[in-house]
Amino acid sequence: MGEFCYINGLGLVSAQKTLDNSQFLTEIVPTGPEFFRCQEPNYKEYVAGDMVRRMSRIIKMGISASKICLNDAGFRLPDNGYELPDAIITGTGLGCLEDTEKFLTNLIRNHEELLTPTSFIQSTHNTVSGQIALLLKCHAYNFTYCHRGFSFESALLDAIIRIRNGESRTVLTGGMDELTTNAFRITQRLGHWKKDPAGMTNLYSDKKRGSVAGEGAGFFLLSGEKTENSFAVFNDMTTLYKPTGDADIRQKMSEFLNKNGLDFSRIDLFVMGLNGDPGGDASYRAMIASLPSNANIAVFKHLSGEFHTSGIFALWLSSMVLRHATVPEAVRFSGDFDRPVNNILICNNYRNIEHTFTLVGSV
Amino acid sequence: MSKRVYITGYGIICAIGNNRSETLESLLASRPGIGEITLFKSLHQGKIPVAEVKQTNTGLLTMTGHSVNANFTRTALLGMVAAKEAIESAGIAKVEDARTGLISATTVGGMDRTENFFVEYLENNAKGRLRNVVNHDCADSTERIADFLGIRDFVSTISTACSSSANAMMLGAQMIKAGMIDRMVVGGTDSLTRFTVNGFNTLMILDRGGCKPFDENRAGLTIGEGAAYLVLESEEMVAKAGKQPLWELMGYGNANDAYHQTASSPEGTGASLAMQAALDMSGIDPAQIGYINVHGTGTQNNDLSEGVAIEKIFGNSVPPFSSTKAFTGHTLGAAGAIEAVISLLSMGNDTIFPNLNWTTPMKELSIRPVTQLRKGPVNSVLSNSFGFGGNNSTIILKKVFNK
Repeated sequence: MGEFCYINGLGLVSAQKTLDNSQFLTEIVPTGPEFFRCQEPNYKEYVAGDMVRRMSRIIKMGISASKICLNDAGFRLPDNGYELPDAIITGTGLGCLEDTEKFLTNLIRNHEELLTPTSFIQSTHNTVSGQIALLLKCHAYNFTYCHRGFSFESALLDAIIRIRNGESRTVLTGGMDELTTNAFRITQRLGHWKKDPAGMTNLYSDKKRGSVAGEGAGFFLLSGEKTENSFAVFNDMTTLYKPTGDADIRQKMSEFLNKNGLDFSRIDLFVMGLNGDPGGDASYRAMIASLPSNANIAVFKHLSGEFHTSGIFALWLSSMVLRHATVPEAVRFSGDFDRPVNNILICNNYRNIEHTFTLVGSV
Repeated sequence: MSKRVYITGYGIICAIGNNRSETLESLLASRPGIGEITLFKSLHQGKIPVAEVKQTNTGLLTMTGHSVNANFTRTALLGMVAAKEAIESAGIAKVEDARTGLISATTVGGMDRTENFFVEYLENNAKGRLRNVVNHDCADSTERIADFLGIRDFVSTISTACSSSANAMMLGAQMIKAGMIDRMVVGGTDSLTRFTVNGFNTLMILDRGGCKPFDENRAGLTIGEGAAYLVLESEEMVAKAGKQPLWELMGYGNANDAYHQTASSPEGTGASLAMQAALDMSGIDPAQIGYINVHGTGTQNNDLSEGVAIEKIFGNSVPPFSSTKAFTGHTLGAAGAIEAVISLLSMGNDTIFPNLNWTTPMKELSIRPVTQLRKGPVNSVLSNSFGFGGNNSTIILKKVFNK
């Protein structure tokens, strides 16, 4: 039974320049006119040429992130001798939207005739984890969670259980969501997003309703074994479904810290999923007000945009803070950032329904 | 920490019954639930048979005590019916009296409504009633079911194609063993949609005469719909409540075939690994398994791959086996849980339910399914569920109490 769960590799495709882990948010990419779109890699570096044309963006983003992560962890990929993870566990809020929309559109426009199977086959929610297994020829445990703001965190939970009970030594854990024009238009009609986000000076002081939509794909190599690549410890995580109010959130958070032998004063950095929606952010604003005044708060959704698996950006950010021993200017929200960072608490939520707490520490 | 995971209740709704007793009655009478598409208009009506739940959405709303205008997907409604029966049969009066969670599986989510929304939306992106698309994602049905039952301590959703609900059982068991939760409602729900009927049709794997699992002349699967849930409880919970558990989840395994996005490997690699992992965990000698509820979709590819894997794992002592998909259709994300419930009914009634529509043995295999209702003790069952993305899952259930 492994006592610790180490983070030994990272791979993130996001709206920022995050493909190279030696760079840590040195240059910031602003939002597009309507939403954040990923800075996509040259997929040919990660996916075979004929597959690049067939695959939708989420599959390519996911495969690229997983390969960046395995390389980062020092894994030898199949082309130069095998080393495989003992489990592949992913989370996605909406899965393969582009393929789903494509098949549905053809079905309706062609009145159920002359349909081809490719987009149906690739519309399945576990396509990314299945494709990674296929590319790696990895027969290990392979799960995909699809639960809004719990999608990626369910994958993390599964991974930590498997590592703690010794069922898996290394787990390739990831999250991914792609934003399509249709998904954006529909959620915009539902009032989820600010109009003209590019014209806004600061996401967090903007008074208009809604957040800014985003997307991303991220992978983490979690391991029960400490290696020369270990740069962070993934300590624990928990979920809170539909909190009854601010007091409930604070109580669950404090119970979670106590369970891990910590309290608020021991947290060197809070990474908080404020998303700029004044109503939605009220709970976190109240929580921040109740913390010690010198508490260091970092935010990230002005860099990633809001999406079901935004937790990948938060975990990448936290891991990178420990790896580079610095909190980039671009994510600082409040605090003096004087103390060395050993314990990080990530607080995230999606539309105030799925709340998650994740604890990351130095090695 | 609980070493054992008990099953204390279960519920089901599928093409052969709106609850446990109706489902059992149909199984005992060898009465299949396959017929024509009636739930929606389709080009395939009268040509491709399906296995629908014999209840309209209005009927399901009434069964769950909702107003007929309430905004629920069919997927959520099917789930509510089955999960409620599971909770009630476990004798749980108040879910709040212990840490209780729900892990539900689905592949289509709210697609039954989205595909209607999209018709108008495609004409004009400002059109289409939003109430028909807000429930699109997989988590919607899970949260609706959790809210309906008052479950708050944990919710999650698994979507690994046709192995989804077997995998929901696995996470539930792992969390109970890790002491993270006292009891977990686990299972899955999927409704019939134009999307899936057409999707599988493009793959040319829908048998126009209804599925014939493990038959030489099988020509594909029959899509079904339904939901089933099991209540898993820790040893401590069972002891505290003074319950006499009837069943135990003895073993489970998940492996990836890593062969093709939709096709299974000819040698059944993933299937063998999943069965072996579940057997190893259960500690049960393969020869002692009383019955295998095979995945047995009726496609050329699945049945051959699964059959080869079974022969490899069980050698000369292959237990009696049958596919019950000719009764219920292939219920996709719900299949693992529906077949787990059928496995419990098999043990509870010491009866092996027949593999319908079978006439000719497969030439590549030496094994044959049970084709007539067979009475006799059934003390343990191995159940397989395999899905796209090479996702292979096996669970093993055991009877721990003789009535």
